[in-house]
Amino acid sequence: MMEWESVIGLEIHAQLATKSKIFSGAATAYGAAPNTQACAIDLGLPGVLPVLNTDAVRMAAMFGLAVEATVAERSVFARKNYFYPDLPKGYQISQYELPVVHQGHLIIDLDDGTTKTIGITRAHLEEDAGKSLHEDFSGMTGIDLNRAGTPLLEIVSEPDLRSAKEAVAYMKKIHTLVRYLGICDGNMQEGSFRCDANVSVRPKGQERFGTRAEIKNLNSFRFVERAIEYEIERQIHLLEDGGTVVQETRLYDPDQGETRSMRSKEEANDYRYFPDPDLLPLSIDTAFIEAARQALPELPDAKRERFMGEYQLSAYDAALLTVSRDLADYFEATVAALGGEAKLCANWVMGDLSGFLNKESKDIGDSPVDPSQLAGLLRRIQDQTISGKIAKEVFEAMWQGAGDADAVIDQRGLRQITDSSAIEQIIDTVIETNPNQLAQYRSGKDKLFGFFVGQVMKASKGKANPQQVNELLLKKLAG
Amino acid sequence: MSLGPEEVKKIAYLARLAVSEDDVPAYARNLSSILDLVAQMNTVDTRGIEPLAHPLAMTQRLRSDEPTEPDQRTLFQGIAPQVEAGLYLVPKVIE
Repeated sequence: MMEWESVIGLEIHAQLATKSKIFSGAATAYGAAPNTQACAIDLGLPGVLPVLNTDAVRMAAMFGLAVEATVAERSVFARKNYFYPDLPKGYQISQYELPVVHQGHLIIDLDDGTTKTIGITRAHLEEDAGKSLHEDFSGMTGIDLNRAGTPLLEIVSEPDLRSAKEAVAYMKKIHTLVRYLGICDGNMQEGSFRCDANVSVRPKGQERFGTRAEIKNLNSFRFVERAIEYEIERQIHLLEDGGTVVQETRLYDPDQGETRSMRSKEEANDYRYFPDPDLLPLSIDTAFIEAARQALPELPDAKRERFMGEYQLSAYDAALLTVSRDLADYFEATVAALGGEAKLCANWVMGDLSGFLNKESKDIGDSPVDPSQLAGLLRRIQDQTISGKIAKEVFEAMWQGAGDADAVIDQRGLRQITDSSAIEQIIDTVIETNPNQLAQYRSGKDKLFGFFVGQVMKASKGKANPQQVNELLLKKLAG
Repeated sequence: MSLGPEEVKKIAYLARLAVSEDDVPAYARNLSSILDLVAQMNTVDTRGIEPLAHPLAMTQRLRSDEPTEPDQRTLFQGIAPQVEAGLYLVPKVIE
């Protein structure tokens, strides 16, 4: 049985978060009525001239700096020729031989706790295409060119990835990075962040790469993982049955869970790249690069390290909290408002808060409970006004707009019972009404302790201080 | 280098050009002589010469990131052969 090794490279397309297009002054807002944001330049009408958007260049430079790549002093735009109505010019303006960013790298974390450096061959600026709608137009295709000309940064990795899991880890890391940098909103449903995967397999130990297939337009992490896994299996089966892999473009069908050849026997694509005569070479000087460097925020890896040191969090907690800048900021604001107790804050941010956000598909920015309100709740756990369990109930009420923690606690009478005489009274009643259990307990059935705790908590409507209940109950049951 | 009629037809297909059978020999001759010219240029020693990206010795001017273009859909769609629901309609592009 031969052992196979898979070789994967990703081409990630990140839509840059500019307000206007890369070469025109048309707006880029998502969801506008069809073709209301497609101007003469985007339509490729004769006589128009593309003019490059400063912010697209600045964002590309920021990305380059963040992955320790070279930001080219001089780069060139090229025409990539292809005929498709989603780009009416008959070509896409891209970069070919001289991209704006080249030779960077990113470190990914693997499941076994080790790390791996993934090379980034290049990142180049290009324009996105429009959208084709194939339904409902009596055999015709409808074209919406609002997206045509939206700036894209195409980030090309080296073929350094060896499994679907590594590919997903890399893609997630880039996703986190571009959102930290504020250069891409990362919205995969809206197509702001998508990728093509080049996949090949080779016998383990062989140096030469196998023939690769390119899987196009993967727009979720789950699809990337499944499509690559399927494709690896497909190629191995093919080769083991004596077949050969054909270099081709394939599409992933999420319903069937398989990849399919996209272009049947079409003529080989020849994009006939050449420098775009409408655009002069792009020159980026030191001052521009320095300004981009100044604009860099604290990057995810640095933030994670800092969280582990400053807040004494585990690597796991720190990684979860730094997945997005907004989440990390929320956490830090909570700790600041509470004046410490980072672990308690971390648990609540990653636990109840994230749970509610996920359930309602909300971003952290839309949380109805802000950091100071959450800190207000945690303060009441700290000073034992409420138990951790009651706090969950209070949090839910706060989430639903019932006001801040103190208001909810007062309105609903949730203040924890810490008065030991009050707790003793409840315990006495519980013991009186359960003579059989008491006898069994005293004859050695220790497990019944939990039963009594449950009864006392129930009788106090969950408000008795659990620690006191344990202590007092032990004494009373001993007789 | 000389191109045959089949190659001319393939190039015409790739360029999405309709070429009549009668014109094929003339195109084959003309295209072949263009290729000959390129072959001749290829013999020039260009080592150490930076590739020319643009004949003007200037660099790209940048514009600030402001949406400046108003919506002119009605105007633009006035010259389109067919539109529906704000979309440009084209012959179906997938089979």
